[in-house]
Amino acid sequence: MKTVTLPVAYVPLVDAAPLIVACEMGFAHEEGIELDLVAAPSWSSVRDMLAFGRVDAAHLLSPVPVAMALGLGGVARPLAAVSVLSVNGNVIGVGPALEARLRGIGYTFDFADAAGAAAALARVADRPLVFGVPFPFSMHVELLHYWLEASNLSRVGFEVRTVPPPLMAQALAAGDVDAFCVGEPWGSVAVEKCSGALLLPGKAIWAFAPEKVLAVRTDWAETEPHLLGKLMRAVWRAGRWLNAPERRTSVAEILSKKAYLDLPSEVIDRALTGHFTVSGQGEQRQVEGFIEFHDGVANFPWRSQAKWIAHRLATRYGLDPATARAKAGEVFRSDIYRREMSATHVDFPGASEKLEGSIRQATAVASQKGQLSLLPDAFFDGRIFDPDKV
Amino acid sequence: MTIVVVEEDRDRAIAIVDALHASGSYDVHVIGNHSSLARRIAALAPDVVLIDIDNPTRDMLEELTLASGPLERPVAMFVSGAAGGLAREAVEAGLSAYVVDGLKPERLKPVLDAAIARFQIVRQMRSELAETRRALEERKVIDRAKGLLMKARGLQEEEAYALLRKAAMDQGRRVAEVAEALVTASGLLS
Repeated sequence: MKTVTLPVAYVPLVDAAPLIVACEMGFAHEEGIELDLVAAPSWSSVRDMLAFGRVDAAHLLSPVPVAMALGLGGVARPLAAVSVLSVNGNVIGVGPALEARLRGIGYTFDFADAAGAAAALARVADRPLVFGVPFPFSMHVELLHYWLEASNLSRVGFEVRTVPPPLMAQALAAGDVDAFCVGEPWGSVAVEKCSGALLLPGKAIWAFAPEKVLAVRTDWAETEPHLLGKLMRAVWRAGRWLNAPERRTSVAEILSKKAYLDLPSEVIDRALTGHFTVSGQGEQRQVEGFIEFHDGVANFPWRSQAKWIAHRLATRYGLDPATARAKAGEVFRSDIYRREMSATHVDFPGASEKLEGSIRQATAVASQKGQLSLLPDAFFDGRIFDPDKV
Repeated sequence: MTIVVVEEDRDRAIAIVDALHASGSYDVHVIGNHSSLARRIAALAPDVVLIDIDNPTRDMLEELTLASGPLERPVAMFVSGAAGGLAREAVEAGLSAYVVDGLKPERLKPVLDAAIARFQIVRQMRSELAETRRALEERKVIDRAKGLLMKARGLQEEEAYALLRKAAMDQGRRVAEVAEALVTASGLLS
């Protein structure tokens, strides 16, 4: 059988693991494809490579294809998010100056309580705080706004500014940003460089936030369904494999290779095991489910997730929220997911939308083959997002 | 014309600046990969930004284009060999000027030409649009002034316009200005 090679773009991060493992552990090969993984220096570069056909698929921030569908940003090629590669996995941290002030009021860096962290920031902020994020369209931006806009900090003010994670330490030192929200390993790298302390895992704000998606051009998905199916199944099997706790050390080793993240595996391991060092003083915190690659139907692209993102974007950018939600629903392709994944005997939820934020503890829901267990997806403030009644 | 070159490597930056000065008279600023890149560029308000496509600070420019509208500040990008196929597609999509072969000084001229041409088309379109809007506004005001004159003095449309034009000529003003003065005055009196 002739093997087809698919070029796939990614940004070297812990959550690129499903693509890297699919390549390294032979899951792509089993499907009769080879992945040509192209490491990209920036998210704009990933987006352009995908939009203009340099690659056929990409590891992409979940809000990027949604923003493109809403006409936000420079490029307007229709993209399809065919599966969710990872759920959660970001951290919010503060620079040394803010860390010192937080310690001054007795803040304990519990790395868990989002409302408490916002209240503490509001107490120590004497001017609007600037948060660095990797990209204008990212879950990082969405989580920060969701977390802070109803808090006391919004009275003092806050600003969100794009700073590539490798430059975050420099930006903190120069006073360009006071705090940051980044994907791992960049939070742990900041702690290692003593340029900050970690305040919260992203999941403390939204317990089940779709972080990265597997994205393809919509027209490519239509003309190459066969290749797309192979890619999706290879990546799904890789996610299932690497999700097992006993394999996470090996995964950290693979990711640490020079060709991928090129960082000590010990730093990468923190996100995978949820065992964090949150400050230069060596304080340890454990987070259950810090990043999820498989359990709780993590890979299913819920249309309601896309609608939540679109609703938030539309509100901030002054677009009509109802139109934006309708457009976004077409971007997360639960229909393609069902069609291409049926060959794996994987079970699917009966619905393609859910009430985001309504699951407080692991819950069994109706599925095509009986019952499936969904993981908690609550927002820190207890609000529920109904995609059809906003 | 103001050009900002985003380039960390000093030798490369000097080569680019030399090539730019050789190809025309530009106000060139070089910025390294700095965490406050976006604000520095915004402060300079350049006509063209030159950056290597592989530069990780590109995401900061993304924020800039969002703030100013994608067409207002052309960003010229250089695509290194491997991503060459992007160039044509990107230009066709109207995103920016892309050119193959990395930031080689001898390739600067065509990139700049492309970026500047794009910039001028956009600027021309905008000024045309503004001009059309202004003309439409003036037409409306003149029509209202004519209507006022027709009603107040029982004139035909041509006579009303002739009166406006005469007043404008006598006062050395434009017909639209006289019409606007009449409409304003009439608004105050009624």
